[in-house]
Amino acid sequence: MRMLSRKAGVATAMLGISALALSACGAAPEEGGAASANSDFTGCIVSDSGGFDDQSFNESSYRGLQNAKKDLGIQIKEAESKSNSDYATNLQGMMNAGCDLTVTVGFLLADGTEAAAKANPDAHFALVDATTKEPADNVKPIIYDTAQAAYLAGYVAAATSKTGKVATFGGIKLPTVTIFMDGFADGVAKYNEDKGKDVKVLGWDKKSQDGTFTGDFEKQDKGKQTTKNLIDQGADVVMPVAGPVGKGAAVAVTDAVKAGKDVKLIWVDSDGFLTAPDYKKVMLTSVIKTMDAAVEEVIKSDIEGNFDATPYVGTLENGGVDIAPFHDLESEVSEETKAEVAKLKEQIISGELKVESDASPKH
Amino acid sequence: MSAEKTAPAPAKNDLFKQITQGPGLVSVLGVIVALIVGGLLIAVTDERVATTAGYLFARPSDFFSALWEAGTSSYVALFEGSIYNSAQGFAPFLETLTVSTPLICAGLGVGLAFRAGLFNIGAQGQIIIGAAMAGYVGFAWHLPVVLHLLLVIVFGLIGGALWGGLVGLLKARTGAHEVILTIMFNYVALYLLDFLMNTQAFRRPGETNPISPILDTTAVFPALPGSRLHVGFLLAVLLTFGMGWLLKRSTLGFELRAVGHNPLAAQTAGVNVQRAMIVAMALAGALAGAAGVAQVAGTEKVLTAGIAGSLGFDAITVALLGRSTPWGTFFAGLLFGAFRAGAVNMQISTGTPIDIVLVVQSLIVLFIAAPPLIKAMFGLNPKKKKIQAAAAATQGGAQ
Repeated sequence: MRMLSRKAGVATAMLGISALALSACGAAPEEGGAASANSDFTGCIVSDSGGFDDQSFNESSYRGLQNAKKDLGIQIKEAESKSNSDYATNLQGMMNAGCDLTVTVGFLLADGTEAAAKANPDAHFALVDATTKEPADNVKPIIYDTAQAAYLAGYVAAATSKTGKVATFGGIKLPTVTIFMDGFADGVAKYNEDKGKDVKVLGWDKKSQDGTFTGDFEKQDKGKQTTKNLIDQGADVVMPVAGPVGKGAAVAVTDAVKAGKDVKLIWVDSDGFLTAPDYKKVMLTSVIKTMDAAVEEVIKSDIEGNFDATPYVGTLENGGVDIAPFHDLESEVSEETKAEVAKLKEQIISGELKVESDASPKH
Repeated sequence: MSAEKTAPAPAKNDLFKQITQGPGLVSVLGVIVALIVGGLLIAVTDERVATTAGYLFARPSDFFSALWEAGTSSYVALFEGSIYNSAQGFAPFLETLTVSTPLICAGLGVGLAFRAGLFNIGAQGQIIIGAAMAGYVGFAWHLPVVLHLLLVIVFGLIGGALWGGLVGLLKARTGAHEVILTIMFNYVALYLLDFLMNTQAFRRPGETNPISPILDTTAVFPALPGSRLHVGFLLAVLLTFGMGWLLKRSTLGFELRAVGHNPLAAQTAGVNVQRAMIVAMALAGALAGAAGVAQVAGTEKVLTAGIAGSLGFDAITVALLGRSTPWGTFFAGLLFGAFRAGAVNMQISTGTPIDIVLVVQSLIVLFIAAPPLIKAMFGLNPKKKKIQAAAAATQGGAQ
């Protein structure tokens, strides 16, 4: 036994070495290379404790910075925060590193960004999903009126529901989460009003501003359990607003479909059909916030010398928020509903229809 | 096979003691090995190393210089971010002290419970409750200078002590296991704070996000100008001295240690074991509460749901690394503070992911939790050597 395992070990090692050797036969690149266009501009990013792989605003902001590196040729620096105490240190580190524009993600960094902006009046900041207490000349808030897009998703959900029950739940009760749920609930209410139906929303009550939350943005099994409960209660369209926890919801929905139920999922933040392709078969639509584009845009205007501190508010009008195409489930949504959604979108853009949430950005 | 037979697994209590209070040399070696493994990981995962490995045979010098550079530059950046660099002088070291402060306090708490034979992993919850009470006093009450800060500290300590003492009480009265109790109490504390942060009493007026008002200036630790280092660090030093005195010189400390060594013998000798457990957990909680105070009234000056970060769990590592002694824990706290402070610089200037520091920290725990591993690696265990020699002899005979 011993001899055999030793031989096997040697064989494995030989295999490994030859594989390494084979892969090491490439040609050496030429020395040097042309400096890229904007290589003297340093764009930086500090995440909140969610990290750059949160499948939510940290990740999409980070993608924006990386796109800027690729498209505009800037230098980038990144700092991932592991806890709240890291924010000030990370910001200070970015200031020491000579960042021209620092993207800070989330309301937890608002105080820190404000302090750093005051101490470094020459540095520019873009604060994602939050605003500073006092407006500062060198901080540009990037915020979203997500309720507008969630409204459309709610309307579609109500229109496609066969059980007359749709559901949503959140990760933690934060304004950036509940704004999705408010919009969703209003969209369902609009459908009920227009069609004289009574589609119920499980998991969120807009009036009392209370509902179902899993407690964090990490535990996918909790998202799965919560979704299973909601499906058991009769919901056939579920919108999780909980970052990576949404994957747990996707698993529960897929399981229910396998068990013969007709259940669909609405993704948030990015087009889930593209970013979570494992679950594209159950993906009805997504409520998108295009942070990557906004971040890249802010960097671009800063390079051109056009930085300003006016908040960027993502709306249906400027494409900052939207709902994703129905992709594979195109046939599940009737032409009538599609036309109505397009009309609602127009009405929201023109201001004829107001979508309001306690959590809406005040602009 | 033979090795397993000749080295019987130690009894439960022995193992606990070996892990929590073994020789200091194992700690030092554990840190060194963890750093070396961490360095290798950094080098292997480096982007340039990967590209240069692709043409290893065409120009090997590139590969080896990239390998060396990746490994060393990260640790140089770590050093420059935590101790000294030419641009800022010793300012990074002050940052290290700041970050260490809560780690030391909470580490002392965990270590004290270890000494009394209690595997306290509830520092996280105790920090949260301590920080919540201290924070509330800090932003909701408006009191004169000195008195305000004193009350902030006292309420923080009481908060932690209550949360820890409750565990001690349940354990002493019902025999429930402290590991389970502390884990559950961590969750209760976490969700309690989550809930509180969404109430009018804790939320900043005019703010929809769960963030408290900034603490009054009378309620925060005075800081050294130009840095984040605050008087809370002195509190940590004082507490270290205090714990040393308690364990070495006081009757109570003697009782706690006696219970930790052998509760039955201690009981026979007339020690009230139940009382000792409650007191040990309450004191441990108070120390963790002090960490909460240092966070909320020192570095953060504001209360959020994430106020404790992962401090309570890092504190366990700190206590383990410090062998549950006061000064061991103090220096272990400093080391971890340096890791934390330096990791920021490392991440920004070399692009090494901050997770690598967590890997190093976890490796340290691994090596400490498996002392025979370190001993075997460095040949510290003469008995083991003999066994190996014997094993080699029998193997030679068989062939």
